[in-house]
Amino acid sequence: MNQTTGVITSLSQQEFQAQHRRSRMRHTMRRGGIYLLAIGLAVWILLPIVLIGSMAFSTPADVRAFPKQIIPDPISGETMNFFLNTEGILRATGNSIVVAVLALLISTVLAVPAGYAIARYLFRGRDLIRLGILSVRAFPIVVLAVPLAVVFIQLGMFDQVYSLALMHAALTLPTTILVVASVFTSVPYELEEAALVFGCTRLQAFWRIVLPLSIPGIAASAILTFVLSWNEVFAAILLTITNRTLPAQILYTLDKSGDPFKFAGGFFMLVPSLIFIFFIRRYLFSMWGQLNK
Amino acid sequence: MAEIQIVNAVKRFGKFVAIDDVSLTIHDREFMVLLGPSGCGKTTLLRAVAGLGMLDEGYILIGDQNVTYLPPKERKISMVFQNYAIFPHMTVFDNIAFGLKMQKASKQVIKERVENAAHLLHIEAMLDRYPGAMSGGQRQRVAVARAIAYDAQVLLMDEPLSNLDALLRLEMRAELKALLSRLNVTTIYVTHDQIEALSMGDRIAVMQSGKIIQVDSPTRVYDSPADRFIGSFIGNPPMNFLRGQVQTENGQVKVKIGDLMVTPSLEMQAPLRAYDGKLIYVGIRAENMEALPEAADDTLPVTVEVVEPLGAQNLLTIIIGLETIKVSTHPDFPVRAGGSLWLRFPVPKIRWIDYETGKAITPDLQQVLA
Ligand SMILES: Nc1ncnc2c1ncn2[C@@H]1O[C@H](COP(=O)(O)OP(=O)(O)OP(=O)(O)O)[C@@H](O)[C@H]1O
Ligand SMILES: [Mg+2]
Repeated sequence: MNQTTGVITSLSQQEFQAQHRRSRMRHTMRRGGIYLLAIGLAVWILLPIVLIGSMAFSTPADVRAFPKQIIPDPISGETMNFFLNTEGILRATGNSIVVAVLALLISTVLAVPAGYAIARYLFRGRDLIRLGILSVRAFPIVVLAVPLAVVFIQLGMFDQVYSLALMHAALTLPTTILVVASVFTSVPYELEEAALVFGCTRLQAFWRIVLPLSIPGIAASAILTFVLSWNEVFAAILLTITNRTLPAQILYTLDKSGDPFKFAGGFFMLVPSLIFIFFIRRYLFSMWGQLNK
Repeated sequence: MAEIQIVNAVKRFGKFVAIDDVSLTIHDREFMVLLGPSGCGKTTLLRAVAGLGMLDEGYILIGDQNVTYLPPKERKISMVFQNYAIFPHMTVFDNIAFGLKMQKASKQVIKERVENAAHLLHIEAMLDRYPGAMSGGQRQRVAVARAIAYDAQVLLMDEPLSNLDALLRLEMRAELKALLSRLNVTTIYVTHDQIEALSMGDRIAVMQSGKIIQVDSPTRVYDSPADRFIGSFIGNPPMNFLRGQVQTENGQVKVKIGDLMVTPSLEMQAPLRAYDGKLIYVGIRAENMEALPEAADDTLPVTVEVVEPLGAQNLLTIIIGLETIKVSTHPDFPVRAGGSLWLRFPVPKIRWIDYETGKAITPDLQQVLA
């Protein structure tokens, strides 16, 4: 049976078929181009990660060898083991996790109400506050960290895990507030009004409607805070001595160690962020399809 | 008891006056329709009653309680929002149950009421779905179901049927009306669909540019519009407006339409006398003119331009002087485009309208009674 029996055009059968084929080809090529681009991007991001990962699980001898292997052969825990057993690494890892989680909590708990106020209320000086928040970000860490270290010493907060967490929270707060505010803005105010009509107080409306709808965005900004704190070195070095976080510790021992140690360290730095993102990623995608039309 | 009183309400957005000194009383259990063109302030007024967006001046009372400054949840109201405002992160069931849960109703009551409401709106098969996976019309029905499931004294509906197809709308119109007469609620129903307004309302409040310009029963609004705007806004086709000249003959006031002299009724004589020698508008509905196939007394000979068969009637387009009017006739009436016929204007069906202000000329009650 001829497939185009039902199609009536001014073209002949052959012409029509050819045209149809051509346009399908164009469509396929467009799709192919997009896939190619996506693959290229993924490789660009993933290649270093894979390389670091594979090195971390090669024998120290293989790490030093050239050319590098993509898949470690033989697989060996020696490099990782050496790294983990290095003095101070485990403790620093614990510190890093505590600092990152604390910074995340502080920054999110402060950013949610602040972001909501900026998103929903037209108060006097709103734009000024928005600008003020941003300008904190404009100060280089260097400028902030030194006087802060002095203050911390005076207050007896120096070399404490929680004081570094405070510092990291302060660093990320501006971004977090603005991100969270824009997330709240994207939740239609009418939904809140509907909640008010159907028996909610303002707080209940926020808790039951706005917050669940904003979780993806808030999660995203939380990831940002976590990763930033996890990787931050400068303030960590300035504000702590005995309670070093992982990057500070690695940096501290870097010049005394060889390639295997660096690769293992790099890999170890990567993993927690990856795991964290893995667990939080489902919040990044809206669970209810299109939020509103 | 939930009589709603809106007293001298004013709402401004910056300099723009969206609600301009509106006063309106809606009786207990009445079905009041707010009708008006887009942007006239219907939603704004409804929201003021709901407590969303405070008035700048005036009062709102619900059942003798001054609620002007009360938050929505203390007003015992329920509402259908114009943009639905259903919660995207809840299933249809949870959406409809939301208010009942906030009222701490028992599980059984919730289930019962949700299922009833869903059944009425034909969405009982979708209770487990999320709104993201529904069409606009289906979402709108969820919004209506949520509003009627909630236990309230006042039901506010902002164009609740606007997104349904014609057939479903027709059906829902009747069902909603039947349901609301069973519920003990006072309803304010916003629409810009005049058929909906005429068919559903106990009374209609017509709004224009932030003001209420007529509050009457559907028949009164249709037959005796308060001004030209309402006459042409309500009814399809709109009311015809012909120029007429007021004259006095032997002490009797007459109005000349084309070459035809029409004698207004007795109670209109006095008010029209003031217009002696002036132009007025003669308002008359398409179905209220009598079309005759041949000449008779008190008729105006006219030529038919267009004939539109609409099934139940034929709609004729007729030019009189400079004006085009619509006349509807029985489908069997013998007529064709280009043919002629004779029109009679039954005096009781005519609305006399001031040429300048566009307002209906009405008998002075004092004088009629005297
Ligand atoms: N928040 C606001 N700020 C400024 N102007 C507003 C605001 N809300 C409404 N308006 C204006 O007030 C007028 C009335 O708006 P409203 O929404 O009440 O109209 P409506 O009668 O409901 O129209 P529609 O039938 O299109 O829904 C409009 O001219 C609108 O532009
Ligand atoms: Mg509206």
